[in-house]
Amino acid sequence: MEGERRASQPRSSGLPAGGADGESPGGGAPLSGSSGSSALLQAEVLDLDEDEDDLEVFSKDASLMDMNSFSPMMPTSPLSMINQIKFEDEPDLKDLFITVDEPESHVTTIETFVTYRIITKTSRGEFDSSEFEVRRRYQDFLWLKGKLEEAHPTLIIPPLPEKFIVKGMVERFNDDFIETRRKALHKFLNRIADHPTLTFNEDFKVFLTAQAWELSSYKKQGPGLLSRMGQTVRAVASSMRGVKNRPEEFMDMNNFIEAFSQKINLIDKISQRIYKEEREYFEEMKEYGPIHILWSASEEDLVDSLKGVASCIDKCCKATEKRMFGLSETLLPVVHEYVLYSEMLMGVMKRRDQIQAELDSKVEALTYKKADTDVLTEEIGKLEDKVECANNALKADWERWKQNMQNDIKSAFTDMAEENINYYEQCLATWESFLTSQTDLQLEETSEDKP
Amino acid sequence: MEQPPLEPERQLQPAPVEPLGCPDAELEAAVSEEGEGGLEEVSEDRTMTENNFWLKKIEISVSEAEKRTGRNAMNMQETYTAYLIETRSVEHIDGQSILTDSLWRRYSEFELLRNYLLVFYPHIVVPPLPEKRAEFVWHKLSADNMDPDFVERRRIGLENFLLRVASHPVLCRDKIFYLFLTQEGNWKETVNETGFQLKADSRLKALNATFRVKNPDKRFTELKHYSDELQSVISHLLRVRARVADRLYGVYKVHGNYGRVFSEWSAIEKEMGDGLQSAGHHMDVYASSIDDILEDEEHYADQLKEYLFYAEALRAVCRKHELMQYDLEMAAQDLASKKQQCEELATGTVRTFSLKGMTTKLFGQETPEQREARIKVLEEQINEGEQQLKCKNLEGREFVKNAWADIERFKEQKNHDLKEALISYAVMQISMCKKGIQVWTNAKECFSKM
Repeated sequence: MEGERRASQPRSSGLPAGGADGESPGGGAPLSGSSGSSALLQAEVLDLDEDEDDLEVFSKDASLMDMNSFSPMMPTSPLSMINQIKFEDEPDLKDLFITVDEPESHVTTIETFVTYRIITKTSRGEFDSSEFEVRRRYQDFLWLKGKLEEAHPTLIIPPLPEKFIVKGMVERFNDDFIETRRKALHKFLNRIADHPTLTFNEDFKVFLTAQAWELSSYKKQGPGLLSRMGQTVRAVASSMRGVKNRPEEFMDMNNFIEAFSQKINLIDKISQRIYKEEREYFEEMKEYGPIHILWSASEEDLVDSLKGVASCIDKCCKATEKRMFGLSETLLPVVHEYVLYSEMLMGVMKRRDQIQAELDSKVEALTYKKADTDVLTEEIGKLEDKVECANNALKADWERWKQNMQNDIKSAFTDMAEENINYYEQCLATWESFLTSQTDLQLEETSEDKP
Repeated sequence: MEQPPLEPERQLQPAPVEPLGCPDAELEAAVSEEGEGGLEEVSEDRTMTENNFWLKKIEISVSEAEKRTGRNAMNMQETYTAYLIETRSVEHIDGQSILTDSLWRRYSEFELLRNYLLVFYPHIVVPPLPEKRAEFVWHKLSADNMDPDFVERRRIGLENFLLRVASHPVLCRDKIFYLFLTQEGNWKETVNETGFQLKADSRLKALNATFRVKNPDKRFTELKHYSDELQSVISHLLRVRARVADRLYGVYKVHGNYGRVFSEWSAIEKEMGDGLQSAGHHMDVYASSIDDILEDEEHYADQLKEYLFYAEALRAVCRKHELMQYDLEMAAQDLASKKQQCEELATGTVRTFSLKGMTTKLFGQETPEQREARIKVLEEQINEGEQQLKCKNLEGREFVKNAWADIERFKEQKNHDLKEALISYAVMQISMCKKGIQVWTNAKECFSKM
């Protein structure tokens, strides 16, 4: 059908990753391909050295696109989407905008579940329309992720939020939980959209556009359950055999991933703990201010001072709340996403190793002449290609991922520092104005006392 | 003697009351120019006489605390803390201070001094001692009396107590107080010799009076309510403050973990490494800054605690008034009933039940001589009673006048001190915010360089 698009043709280019944070047009070349020139712009071949030029070309095409009668004009301009998706570079190149919102719970006789509304706006030609609205549940996201992993075993697929939260008895339909999940799902889809390869994945397109019944029948196609299980078994078996000849760069990568995973998990725990402590501090502070008001009721001469202190404490309390909220919006989701990413990465490494192991076992078989050498040699040839593609794909994606990670982490922590600075500045202003009012009063009083 | 002689002029001499927020406050002599001229100091056991101790400026400080072991009354070994009290007189000329006295006292001796003052100056709001055991603790402070932080804060509290007494226009002249500062050995015996323990009103008596008094001065009743409210609200405030401090400690300290992890992480990062490392350092700075912040806040809490305990001192004065008033009412009642008895005997009408009346009915009338004798006795008693009542009335009024004067003085002091305390709290918060801004600005810079 649309096999050519589904084919996992990993790019052999190191894609520019400049300035990309999670939701920017992933430094790649988001393509505004019109249906006519789509084959060209699919960028199966993107020359390494001419990235910048390519970008320029594409952006020119984009402007041409607008006047092109092939593609329907987008009802909403890309610029209006800036509110929904934050990106800093190359806003003109983004041509796929996705939002996840409006969680709704559905009750059937068998189960209760939540669906999320997904709105897609695009100018791409291969989409039948420029705007789509569908409802998806978590299971559907899981399916999509599985398909992407299958199609691109050595690309770094963005992580999904967890199925459950183990800590504490969190109800599945707790508002906070749903909101956190919604945000994460939104991020998930946007990361895919920003990924130079994944963005053109056919399953992804179906996910975004098909109606519910269409999706379920679509899902039933493709390799059956048994064959998928078979794959998994083989994968596990080969990974257990161990990889003897993992190239050095992948050894380094693996070491990094292990260390990174450990650190990011710690950071996640620390950040969650800070949030918890701040929340408890906030709860106590709420009680602290009013006591001073209570006291002022029995102290005639201290009413101003006491009420002043109470008001300062209340203001600081509100500032704390704001800080907490900021933390939960900026730092916590980012750190947590990278915790999940680190698990993903380990999976990617395993899959790469598994592909190599397949090759190694065939080579071994050839050495011991276990089977027909001609057949083996042919198979080995194919596998060698496969390994090379897999390795290259991973290498390219790895660089991109690292760059994104650095930017995201830097951004998240900078935001956290900013939140804290704002918090302290607010509190400082409050207390300073109280102090001025008190010392002014004092000066008044002492001048009155002077004989 | 029922009460300390109330030398009105001396008691009400205005003496500058220094704010006692900080230790080592210099004091003006209580007996200044005004007191010296011509006033004959009545030789009185309790007030200072010839010794012109108070004529010079003095400094009192509780400068050290030391752990000691000794034997207690039951000959068992115990550990306690002793505090060094140093008294210095400051010569006007060159401002140099000379150490005049230095001795060691333990907490129980302070308690003894205070109890003595409570008995002999019931109309005075006697300054309170710092707490015996650490209360309103948050998790960092241990409740152990031997904990060095607690001992240090207690040292400051004891110094504050002595300064408050020394700056009080009445209490500063007390001889036992003077001896407390100057006579190490034998002081306990001297105090006990005053017999103050015997003089103390029994709690039961006081409680009884509180319930039964009919006409206490309204101001004292209001004062009692006020002191209850004060105690309740300050306790509440201190409790919540302790919880807030606990939480704040948690927030700061957890950030310290970032320091460690960033440092480890920086080892595997090429570009981000430096930024992470230096940001981590700032996280450590942030985490450790809370210790000083909360230490300062503890001093603020101590200032509030002093007034928490002052509430009890206020109540003590109210109780004394109620006791005296009750005593007066009882005496008046007794006098009235005696007068009535007398009248009945004289006129022969029996309006009230009396045992004598009963027995008379049962066993016959008494002789006129017997009746005369009885009337005579009663008349004497009535006379005595009237004298006593007059005395009590006078004493009562004096007490109310003097107590209320001291209460007014106390109110001024309290308003001043609490206002200062609240201001100092604001100053602390400002300092904390400034530190926070600095640390996070530095951290932000490091992050943005990653």
